[in-house]
Amino acid sequence: MTATSHAIEALELTKEFPGVIAVDHLSFAVREGEIFGLVGPDGAGKTTTLRMLAGVLTPDSATATVAGFDIGTDPEGVKHQISYMSQRFGLYEDLTVAENVRFYADLFGVRRAERERRAAQLLQAAGMSEFGSRLAGNLSGGMKQKLGLVCALIHTPRVLLLDEPTNGVDPVSRRDFWRILYALLGEGVSILISTSYLDEAERCHRVALLHQGRLLFCDTPAQLKKTLPGTVVAVASPDPRRLREALSGVEGISSLTLVGDGVRLVVDDGARRIPELRARLASANVPFDSIEQVPPTIEDLFVEAVRESSGRGE
Amino acid sequence: MTSDAPAVMVKDLVKRFGDFVAVDHVSLEARRGEIFGFLGPNGAGKSTTIRMLCGLLRPTSGQAMVAGLDVALKPEAVRQKIGYMSQKFSLYNDLRVMENIRFFAGMYSVPDSVLPERIDWVLEMAGLKGRESALTGTLATGWKQRLALGCAVLHRPPILFLDEPTSGVDPISRRQFWELIHQMAGEGVTVFVTTHYMDEAEYCHRLVLIDRGRIVASGSPLELKQQAMKGELLLVECEPVGTALELLQTAPEVLDAAIFGSALHLVVPQARSAIAGLRGYLAERGITVARIEPIRPTLEDVFVSLTSNKLEERSTP
Repeated sequence: MTATSHAIEALELTKEFPGVIAVDHLSFAVREGEIFGLVGPDGAGKTTTLRMLAGVLTPDSATATVAGFDIGTDPEGVKHQISYMSQRFGLYEDLTVAENVRFYADLFGVRRAERERRAAQLLQAAGMSEFGSRLAGNLSGGMKQKLGLVCALIHTPRVLLLDEPTNGVDPVSRRDFWRILYALLGEGVSILISTSYLDEAERCHRVALLHQGRLLFCDTPAQLKKTLPGTVVAVASPDPRRLREALSGVEGISSLTLVGDGVRLVVDDGARRIPELRARLASANVPFDSIEQVPPTIEDLFVEAVRESSGRGE
Repeated sequence: MTSDAPAVMVKDLVKRFGDFVAVDHVSLEARRGEIFGFLGPNGAGKSTTIRMLCGLLRPTSGQAMVAGLDVALKPEAVRQKIGYMSQKFSLYNDLRVMENIRFFAGMYSVPDSVLPERIDWVLEMAGLKGRESALTGTLATGWKQRLALGCAVLHRPPILFLDEPTSGVDPISRRQFWELIHQMAGEGVTVFVTTHYMDEAEYCHRLVLIDRGRIVASGSPLELKQQAMKGELLLVECEPVGTALELLQTAPEVLDAAIFGSALHLVVPQARSAIAGLRGYLAERGITVARIEPIRPTLEDVFVSLTSNKLEERSTP
């Protein structure tokens, strides 16, 4: 490994498919020992990026290193250092949980003594110790994803690449999943994970927010939220639609979203606007239960960033 | 049916598969124009309930009335009263936009007399005027999803079922989509949403959380966040966070611990009174605590506190 302390370094990574630039000059670096999130909606370029880093897809131009190996000149070297869990990770549905784990242990050349210890430990962390003899095909969606992770981790990679592993997984299993990932950091594994759940960004050390193949932001979730211009205000009301009508066109509001029990607003200056909004609603005689500043979400940030960049483009 | 009658009325609904009780005496009502969210872990009984409400599966016992029709007695009639859309499987990607619309119009038996007007409405709503002959698979997700919604309501059903309708969709398209849904609800359509996606749950007027076939909580998103959580939530920023997580799993008073980057969320019986004890507990074990303070639970915190992983698996057939 070179002198850098980066597990992954991508410089101007680009991939064009007919009619679409899937990944557009994407640069980012994953530090050793961190969980780094590639976060964005479908079509943002997450899968294409991971496939290039895993050495299974050749980039059009760029240099990227994974665990110190160049993906362009030494894709085979890369493959020995990583574990890559694609969206359609190959579990054998007609094999049991234990048989699947054994199969992957053979594939990765894990020694027998080592594999038993590690399999037991991983299955326990996944809450699956009792399911060793169940057919993989009979597991729930969340369990299948966790088994995929167990198989991908039966050897200890330097870098773990995970493509939307929590897609369709309920919040309870998702928490198990993240617990396993954090436990891996203690073994010196660096993790690059993609997700289309923007709220999952909160669980990563640092994230790259992607949109249409391009990088919007790259930072820690806490720092990202500080960059949102303005304040998010939640107004709870039994009649959100009327509330919105009363607030439409009010000065200082840059976005207004109807939610189930009220509206969410982004305003330029919370301290100034909240009393104004309160007065406005009182004079319009619109009932509301509460009005208060709330922490911004990654989604708020994403929406503002995309609006801004599309505004610039036109 | 009068406009005050509930659009969906479920009483003591039960579905058994052999020994396994997938849905266990579920009762609920959704009003006309209500956006009703149905949440629960994988295997909790959500899809089984929805399939019964759509007239696709016969209840073992209990009653479900949809748009005034008993689903056990009139399953075909029920299917004419509902629309169904899922983000993942709704459209044929290798058909053109217009072909998809015509296909769904045929499936829902939309009369020829109103068809041109309905087609026009879908194209307008989805923003696809002028792109009628585009291959559906080539559309960006936001458009595809609005087209799927349009196809699901071509027959103007009073009740619409949505299954994770905006999963993976970019946030701007997602907001536009929910704008449409709120508009339809305003016009009296009752919307039933099933999802794992807490962002989607926030758009619902009322939520029901189901676990192992039973309803474990219900209320507006705000009510659930304020009242339904078992215990209170603490944010802990500390170093090293991984070690702290392990230690806290077995610490006194800690009901649950989850990791969020460099911080932990702890569930404790009482947040204020637990802080001093936890500070001491972590300090004694060599953890440096930078911040520890009560925070409000998110819907996800509530969801996790009311359901249990192990139990989920036991209930999966």
